[in-house]
Amino acid sequence: MLVELIFVVIKILVVITVLLLGVAYMTWLERKVIGHMQVRLGPTHVGWKGLLQPIADGLKLVAKEDIIPTMVDKPVYIIAPLLSLIPALSAFAVIPFTNATVNLFGTEYHLYITDVNIGLLYVLALSSVGTYGIIMSGWASNSKYALLGSLRSSAQVISYETAMGLSLIGPVLLAGTVSLKGITEAQANGFWFIVPQFVAFVVYLISAIAETNRAPFDLPEAETELVAGFHVEYSSMKFAMFFLAEYANMYVVSSIATIVFLGGWNGPFGPSFIWFILKIVALMFFYLWLRATLPRLRFDQLMTLGWKILIPIALVNVVVTSIVLYAIN
Amino acid sequence: MSAMVKDNLSEIVTVNMGPQHPSTHGVLRLVVDLDGETIVGVRPDVGFLHRGVEKLAEHRTYHQFIPLTDRLDYLSPLSNNLAYCLAVEKFFDVKIPERAEYLRVIFAELARAASHLVWIATHALDIGAMTVFLYAFRERELILDMFEIATGQRMTSSWIRVGGIREDVPPLFFEKLKEFVSIFDDRINTYENLLTKNRIWLSRTVGIGKLSREDALDYGVSGPIMRGSGIDFDLRRDEPYGIYNRFKFEVAVSDGCDIYSRYLVRVKEMRESNKILQQALDQIPEGPVMTDDPRIEIPSHEDVYEKMEALIRRFYIITKGFAAPKGEAYGCVEAPKGELGFYIVSDGDTKPYRLKIRAPSYVNLGALEAMAKGHMLADLVGIIGSVDIVLGEIDR
Repeated sequence: MLVELIFVVIKILVVITVLLLGVAYMTWLERKVIGHMQVRLGPTHVGWKGLLQPIADGLKLVAKEDIIPTMVDKPVYIIAPLLSLIPALSAFAVIPFTNATVNLFGTEYHLYITDVNIGLLYVLALSSVGTYGIIMSGWASNSKYALLGSLRSSAQVISYETAMGLSLIGPVLLAGTVSLKGITEAQANGFWFIVPQFVAFVVYLISAIAETNRAPFDLPEAETELVAGFHVEYSSMKFAMFFLAEYANMYVVSSIATIVFLGGWNGPFGPSFIWFILKIVALMFFYLWLRATLPRLRFDQLMTLGWKILIPIALVNVVVTSIVLYAIN
Repeated sequence: MSAMVKDNLSEIVTVNMGPQHPSTHGVLRLVVDLDGETIVGVRPDVGFLHRGVEKLAEHRTYHQFIPLTDRLDYLSPLSNNLAYCLAVEKFFDVKIPERAEYLRVIFAELARAASHLVWIATHALDIGAMTVFLYAFRERELILDMFEIATGQRMTSSWIRVGGIREDVPPLFFEKLKEFVSIFDDRINTYENLLTKNRIWLSRTVGIGKLSREDALDYGVSGPIMRGSGIDFDLRRDEPYGIYNRFKFEVAVSDGCDIYSRYLVRVKEMRESNKILQQALDQIPEGPVMTDDPRIEIPSHEDVYEKMEALIRRFYIITKGFAAPKGEAYGCVEAPKGELGFYIVSDGDTKPYRLKIRAPSYVNLGALEAMAKGHMLADLVGIIGSVDIVLGEIDR
């Protein structure tokens, strides 16, 4: 029992450390990739090829003065960034990133933190909780810009969550389980779910980009129209937490896409976590590619796309999948 | 306004935009009346950059005013130089040497390309396509390098003189120009790949910022906005100045009347400029670049160092200037933003009695309300971008 407890704590620490490092180096990758796409170089000065840039950025943010504006709702103002970051990190508790096991004192243990039988629902629920961080930060900042920005962001996140949830139903029907490990294993000996559920994959991908406020749906932080969104009054580490949350959320949605549509850890050869990471990095690269290519949608067009196009498509997909499955069985 | 409130049972909110707003491309202030998110009125408030250029002209000799024209539309200074010099030359009925005429065309078309590149860059950035911005500025840099080689200045070049060009360009200029002409079409393809058929770009531009043909005529807009409303008119073809009648090019026209058709017109214009540059490169002869008309000629440095008369003449014309005969003259060019005209009244002195600048951006901005009415506030940024204003020219 004690061994198991210690092992779980170690696993959590390792996953969070790796995740935070991954978030930091995602910013480096973003700046490098987009830089080269835009005939620039990206960071070059700090470390070899700018590799220490994320560390420098992090240190800078920690060293900045932490300003709490007067007249803010202090407890809420302080809780809000935590409420954004913690759900994003907690989602990784159930992400099965490898099927490797270790043998400790005669018992087999999985390397991922845990597997719960409602894994997918748990992740979706956590991403909904993250929305409260956005709303509370806008409300507590006592600034009309932050408030309007947070309303915009949360409206966007909530409307795309619907399409996102619906698009996941098709693969869940195919797998017959909402356990993330179960979904991965369901794809082990057949085709990946992207093949029969391609429409759902596209809907999921678009919703995921909108859900994480990435280009071309980055209206909450459209630089030419407004300076920043809900986090305009935040500084120092609190700002960094929103930033980390945004990137951690990108990892979460990419992980879900990998597990549900791209076969999770399954790969033709080699260790399973390599495949998992490769698929995530490919999705992340796709996000960056989009950001370098596409202009920004208008807010009403964004809502129209979510409610009038994606949700109906996702619903039709659910119905068609159910009918086909019923006919086969 | 109050009638509208009664009719629609809605509330009109008046908001301020600018003059420090990042998307107004300078110190433009707009007072916007909104019904919800829909624009019911836009009133541009200009004058934050007023320098009194027209008044300053009355206290400067004809040559001394040339650097001030650079600072009107600072994105295409050589077009401004050209328009002004054409106006002054009308007083003298002077013959410009062939080589100078060709160089003027090359400068003017490069200036048009540079100005349109800044436009496509900032316009796309306003709508969120950041990569186009960096691509377009990469090509603009090539043009500015050429200007630097030819004139010593990247932006405020002041290189065209009454009676010709200040000095001939070095051979390196033509090497760079050849290289630029050979790649420019391909680079325009790159921008078009990113934008022309992009669904998001289309949904942000098609049908937005409508300016009907009739409205375009009524507001007196010129340049790409006019041609984007389906009016087939280009000063270079229809009232050719300089030697423009020798070049074969098409006038870009599109009758969509919206942001997208203005985009198509400007992209096509860049391609046509490239064609003109190619033809000018093939045809340009050797020879002097300054007229030998003794009334306005600025003697070259070589002459000044060797000939007494040239030294005296140069000293005289630089310090005192030349007197224009009594009368008035209007010179205009198809500048990147539209018809740029200089109207000069002379009382026989070495300085203009009165000088009026017909700035295309100023007139085009007048049509902003007609374009923006009925559209959403979020589109206003795109509409301003499609007008392609430069505040240096609006406020003068």
